[in-house]
Amino acid sequence: MMKRFLTLLSVFFCLLGGQPLAAAPLRIEITEGVIEPLPYAVPDFVAENAAAGTVARDLARVVAEDLSGTGLFRDIPASAHISKITSFSSPVEFADWKAINAQALITGAVSLQSGGRLVVKFRVYDVFAGQELGNGLQFAGTQDGWRRMAHKVADAVYSRITGEGAYFDSRVVFVSETGPKDDRKKRLAIMDYDGANVQYLTDSSSIVLAPRFSPTGDRILYTSYETGFPQIYVLDVASVGRRVLEQQAGTMSFAPRFSPDGRAVVYSLTQGGNTDIYKMDIGTGRSQRLTSAPSIETAPSFSPDGRRIVFESDRSGTQQLYIMSADGGEPQRISFGQGRYGTPVWSPRGDLVAFTKQSKGRFHIGVMRTDGSEERLLTASFLDEGPTWSPNGRVIMFTRESQGANGSASLYTVDITGRNLKRVKTISGASDPAWSPLQD
Amino acid sequence: MKHLTRAVLLTSVLALAACSNPDRFQGNEVNLGGGAGGPGSASDPTSPLYFQQSVGDRVLFAVDQSNLGSDAQITLDGQAQWLMTNSDYTAIIEGHADEQGTREYNLALGARRANAVQEYLIQQGVSPSRLKVVSYGKERPIEICSQEACYAKNRRAVTVIAADYNS
Repeated sequence: MMKRFLTLLSVFFCLLGGQPLAAAPLRIEITEGVIEPLPYAVPDFVAENAAAGTVARDLARVVAEDLSGTGLFRDIPASAHISKITSFSSPVEFADWKAINAQALITGAVSLQSGGRLVVKFRVYDVFAGQELGNGLQFAGTQDGWRRMAHKVADAVYSRITGEGAYFDSRVVFVSETGPKDDRKKRLAIMDYDGANVQYLTDSSSIVLAPRFSPTGDRILYTSYETGFPQIYVLDVASVGRRVLEQQAGTMSFAPRFSPDGRAVVYSLTQGGNTDIYKMDIGTGRSQRLTSAPSIETAPSFSPDGRRIVFESDRSGTQQLYIMSADGGEPQRISFGQGRYGTPVWSPRGDLVAFTKQSKGRFHIGVMRTDGSEERLLTASFLDEGPTWSPNGRVIMFTRESQGANGSASLYTVDITGRNLKRVKTISGASDPAWSPLQD
Repeated sequence: MKHLTRAVLLTSVLALAACSNPDRFQGNEVNLGGGAGGPGSASDPTSPLYFQQSVGDRVLFAVDQSNLGSDAQITLDGQAQWLMTNSDYTAIIEGHADEQGTREYNLALGARRANAVQEYLIQQGVSPSRLKVVSYGKERPIEICSQEACYAKNRRAVTVIAADYNS
């Protein structure tokens, strides 16, 4: 829903007169692993007409949740603010914000116009430099898309301060779970990255597993037992229409993923008890076998340039990670640590592979370089599995299943530094997340 | 046709499920009469219920393994004999894994287990056309504790009897 409602207008607001040069630019280097979050203030946005009062407050709160949720920023509460922002165009009293040690200040204004059109403007200030950080921006859209506008504001702030791509205006497709372990109901669902705006895509009549977004977020691949046997389906997000992708009698297909150009799908096909990796051209429906071994080959994931595929295989006797050419051929093993490695996913930047590791009765989410070096385990629990990358490659979302007869599945996020482990708010159990690209 | 098959299958699964729930008469060796000893009951050797309860509908596997131990082979010998005697039925062999593993790997592992049973039954003389396999991976545990006692029962292949879907 709300596909085309946002028009992004890059509006240049006039600068507030001559500014001295900043001594040190306001900047967070994410790679360092931030220990002390950057303090900032985001007062309620100014309501430019009476109708915009509620949304002006709510917008500022979502911006704060986005930024503080990263663990890189710390919101200074309104009760500590000295100045009040009552006009978007008045000069900022930098001394008042310095006094409470707000290093960044975000101000905004909202007007709700006829026909439910919402206009949001904002500015970001480097308080200690006493100047604006970048130019003011304006977004316009429909009122029901106000959360997306807040995410857009937070994305812009995050990018300006970190110098990196952001991820707040993104969605997650996942499997919603209800019921006890021995009678679990699963439905495909989609939500904003923060758990808001949940929409169900299937009913719970068949088991559904492991949905994956297309590179533009318009389609979803998933596995369903609709026919009684696991088969891959492709679903159009806008129309929620779906069709079966791979259906050969006597086979099972699962673990699909799109190629970076969105034209091909890699997946596993099981025949006669043996599971190998195949690639299908979605347009022609023609498929090509990429591995041919008596072992289990599954969980394939393309490199961002589309030239290579990382996957798991137990050809060595235990599950390990391998990389091969996108056309098949001899794979190279990349995982050599103690334990078992599965569900590899290539990072959006191409430099890392995220994986599930099983070792000494515990499960971990980890990352390693694509040559297998610099392995880092980010989590540890009874059962963590199935990592998916944020659009900017800085955060990983995964499934955590709790132990025992009342065990249930939840979604968690963790930074690739291993910091900021958090549970994603979902109204029911949830598993198998896949993060969308940043929305347009 | 397919819908009919699924309906028949579903009915038989429900029937099996209902009868496998212990009630207060279970274990009572005296036949109380009525329908209890009639056709389709657990004491009718041609019934799917008899297959489930007396022949044994499932075999268990070691961690990560899909090879059939001697106990499993004895059970499957009985299954093969029953299937060859009761040729009106077909079977779907369901492969399962315990929760200690990633989802995709467990799907593939369950398929290995179901396939091992299928191959064994074919070797014993059951027609391949009467057997189908499916893997549920770790999606359908029957025991829910997170201990080996439960895991051992979940690492299974279950032969589910269905009415002949080709007829």
